[in-house]
Amino acid sequence: MEHIVIIGNGISGVTAARHIRKLSDKRITIISAETEHFFSRTALMYIYMGHMKYEHTKPYEDWFWEKNKIELKRAYVNEVMHEEKQLLLEDGAKISYDKLIIAVGSKSNKFGWPGQDLDGVQGLYSYQDLETLEQYAPNKKVCKRAVIVGGGLIGIELAEMLHTRGIPVTFLVRESSFWNGILPNGESEMINRHIKNHHIDLRLGVNLKEILADENGRARAVVVAETAEEIPCDLVGLTAGVSPNVDFLKGSGIELGRGVKVNRYLETNVPDVYAIGDCAEQREAIGKRRTIEAVWYTGRMMGETIAQTICGNRIQYNPGNWFNSAKFFDIEYQTYGWVNSNEQLPDYEEHFHWIHEDDTKCLTIATHKETGKFLGINTFGIRMRHEVFDTWLTDDRGTDYVVQYLALANFDPEFYRSFESQVLEAYTNQTINA
Amino acid sequence: MSTVQHNMSLTGEPPKTLNTVQKIATIIGMFGLAILLLASFNVTFPNKAVWLSISLLSITGGIILFARGAYANELEGIKNHGVWFKSVSSRGFLAWITGIALTGFYIVLYFYAEYLGLNANGENTGVISLFDPLSRLLNGNPASQWFVYGTLYTIAIFAFGIKFIWKYRHNRYERIRTMSVMFFQTAFAFLIPEFMARLNTSEAYNLPYYDLKSVWPLNYYLFDGYSLDGLLSSGNLGLYMLLFGVASIFIITPILTYKYGKRWYCSWVCGCGGLAETAGDPFRHLSDKSMFAWKVERWVVHSVLVFAVVMTTALVSTYLGNDSNAYWLTKDVFLIGAGVFLTLIFAGIWFFKRDALKKDARYGAVGYFVIIIALLGIHYGSGNSNIFIFEAAVLRQWYGFLIGAIFSGVIGTGFYPIFGSRVWCRFGCPMAAILGLQQRLFSRFRITTNGGQCISCGNCSTYCEMGIDVRAYAQKGENIVRASCVGCGICSAVCPRGVLKLENGPMESRIDSNQVLLGNDVDLIALVNKK
Repeated sequence: MEHIVIIGNGISGVTAARHIRKLSDKRITIISAETEHFFSRTALMYIYMGHMKYEHTKPYEDWFWEKNKIELKRAYVNEVMHEEKQLLLEDGAKISYDKLIIAVGSKSNKFGWPGQDLDGVQGLYSYQDLETLEQYAPNKKVCKRAVIVGGGLIGIELAEMLHTRGIPVTFLVRESSFWNGILPNGESEMINRHIKNHHIDLRLGVNLKEILADENGRARAVVVAETAEEIPCDLVGLTAGVSPNVDFLKGSGIELGRGVKVNRYLETNVPDVYAIGDCAEQREAIGKRRTIEAVWYTGRMMGETIAQTICGNRIQYNPGNWFNSAKFFDIEYQTYGWVNSNEQLPDYEEHFHWIHEDDTKCLTIATHKETGKFLGINTFGIRMRHEVFDTWLTDDRGTDYVVQYLALANFDPEFYRSFESQVLEAYTNQTINA
Repeated sequence: MSTVQHNMSLTGEPPKTLNTVQKIATIIGMFGLAILLLASFNVTFPNKAVWLSISLLSITGGIILFARGAYANELEGIKNHGVWFKSVSSRGFLAWITGIALTGFYIVLYFYAEYLGLNANGENTGVISLFDPLSRLLNGNPASQWFVYGTLYTIAIFAFGIKFIWKYRHNRYERIRTMSVMFFQTAFAFLIPEFMARLNTSEAYNLPYYDLKSVWPLNYYLFDGYSLDGLLSSGNLGLYMLLFGVASIFIITPILTYKYGKRWYCSWVCGCGGLAETAGDPFRHLSDKSMFAWKVERWVVHSVLVFAVVMTTALVSTYLGNDSNAYWLTKDVFLIGAGVFLTLIFAGIWFFKRDALKKDARYGAVGYFVIIIALLGIHYGSGNSNIFIFEAAVLRQWYGFLIGAIFSGVIGTGFYPIFGSRVWCRFGCPMAAILGLQQRLFSRFRITTNGGQCISCGNCSTYCEMGIDVRAYAQKGENIVRASCVGCGICSAVCPRGVLKLENGPMESRIDSNQVLLGNDVDLIALVNKK
């Protein structure tokens, strides 16, 4: 029986395993050093916040794996020896495979800052990160202030987490406005205000110079590059993005760029070795997508795709219309299609922006200037129906049409006040004025 | 997480700690409770009306002030911070104390009301006597233990309802729904029956306590002999009320459940649901989400339903006479009618909806159908001297004891802090079982999953008071159509990615087990769904 070994028990690896099991009776082994069972990485924050316990973040009950004959191995892989088709584990044991799927995910970025490896300096990605966070920031007595470096999705989540335990947070963001490399200005500025409303000390347009240590080798303060200000703190969160966790593959013969290089079939340069999820790097970008996509949804899609290939139906990874979502403190964010930030705005793209007077809801619709085609939408504080936008994007609808029928796409709970007529009015006025 | 410091302090650091406002609120509320407690230990209060008012206002005010302390300074949004750290909401020391106290209260209430000061033959004493002024004001009579219970129950739904509204003030569905349960409890369960009792001072009326929104079989005492006697001897009003009770179960309930799902009752109207949604809200996450619990739930709740059907059929048939000249509805007509009706329902489900039933549901359906029809047959064939194989009155007694008192009261509410707030609704309520069957088979209600946006975080499952593993459906892109779902809407509220929406829509393809994770290549979706 063919033995499929998957390194990594995150969403990508587990999705691959489940679908291979659906399609075949191949022997499947998932290896992970992080946890015994699959858990939802996106829910780590809720454990620290006390919304859930670790066990609640496991999408499948513990009997699931044995029942579906998916073997789980708790181990760290030191080396892939593809010529022998073997893995060398940290404890010296070896595991043979017939086909190998690398789904090892990411690690937090560190950009060579002085002091970045001190105690009390950490990212937020793994279960182990959560454990060290509990150690260094259990409460506001042990951790009198935390400094977060890097204004992305993980940074704002970490700020929210620490805030729930009453720990004062200083949030250093390199950009001139929160996440404005991705978000258009109107949205980014609304989130700035929302962050400050939560009493987070948000510092825009500043960089970290260094992290200072106390006599025990523990972080005691950060120094801001621009102002040379020294901010005393007991925890430093490094949340300046993530990158593929592929150092253990160096010298293995598997071709690496920033991640594991794969073609559209998610195949590496080595036969019978595949890579999926955060750690896979496409040789050429697919559409407007990045070559590395560290997103839950794309990991899941790659898992489904690779299962087909492994089970004899070799197909390309061919993601549909782009979508994503996040939550910034109390404000939910969804995006469908492509809305570029002002910084990255292509010549052909123009924006319609609407913001509610309560400053917690807004949306931006991107349109092709010449054709009037609907390119994408960002919504904040208003839920939208994925299926409707997926159809509109596929059908190449115009923005006029989308705004006209926006109510069809509303996914807010029943009895919620809706804003489609306000949006339509603002849109119409704008069109007339233009 | 071996590094976490566990300490025994009850109000540790944020988010566990109580702020000053909450501490003051706790003292005020406890003061109100202390008055009741002192009264039950027969401390005599000079002016009962004043002290009762002080007590009830302190309790209500304390709860509302506590809510203000908790939520007034927070921005709108989901704030379940520290739920699993707090002793009272994570099965800690305080939870056990609360559970034991509540359980003890229910045992005394149901079985030892004399300890509360009930005196059927003279003046009440103890805490019940403290409620006499209010009872006299509303219904003209001295209080009973049920009046005390009803008053406290209504206050709990009202005050904790305000807390719930504060907590979910950003969510209009939750606000409106909670105002609805507060209204139905105060008006229908509490005030109207008390006012109706005033009618009984006239010779023409002999009305039993009747909460009009409480539908058989939840209201299993509707068809008790005394209740039927009372209604039938109270003129047109009594007759209309009885007819309304029958129409509720056979006409009104099916129509509303078809249109809106069982939520119209369980989380908008029902008193048990009302308490679970308000006072029980801090414990909703304690429900068991395992597959095993789901199996237990299906067998237990449907067994209770069968018990209720058998018991009620026996009671009514005992009540009826054998002389067809005296009244057309005789014992035999009723029993044959019940048999035919149940057979038609069974045949209808089997014929039209068999595919919607899982294997154990089919076994259960056939098994229970055979048992009921056999009991009817035995009774019919054995002449009319024996009622089924048990005495109807004995059956009724056991039902009242096991289901009415132990299950719905002692376990259902007493164990809130241990098993969660909907134990009774999930495992025990026969009304929920009927509505659940309708919801699963004949309803437009479903929870829609939003394409591919689920991140499997587990908030929805964790905060489902009915123990539904919502995530299991959401992460597959499947709609959620479950018999037990009471439509409280909290899964949708706590979802951080806007994935879940309660909706009424066409029955067609409501239950679609295909994976619709959008964002994928369409060809891949087709392949994944190939069975």
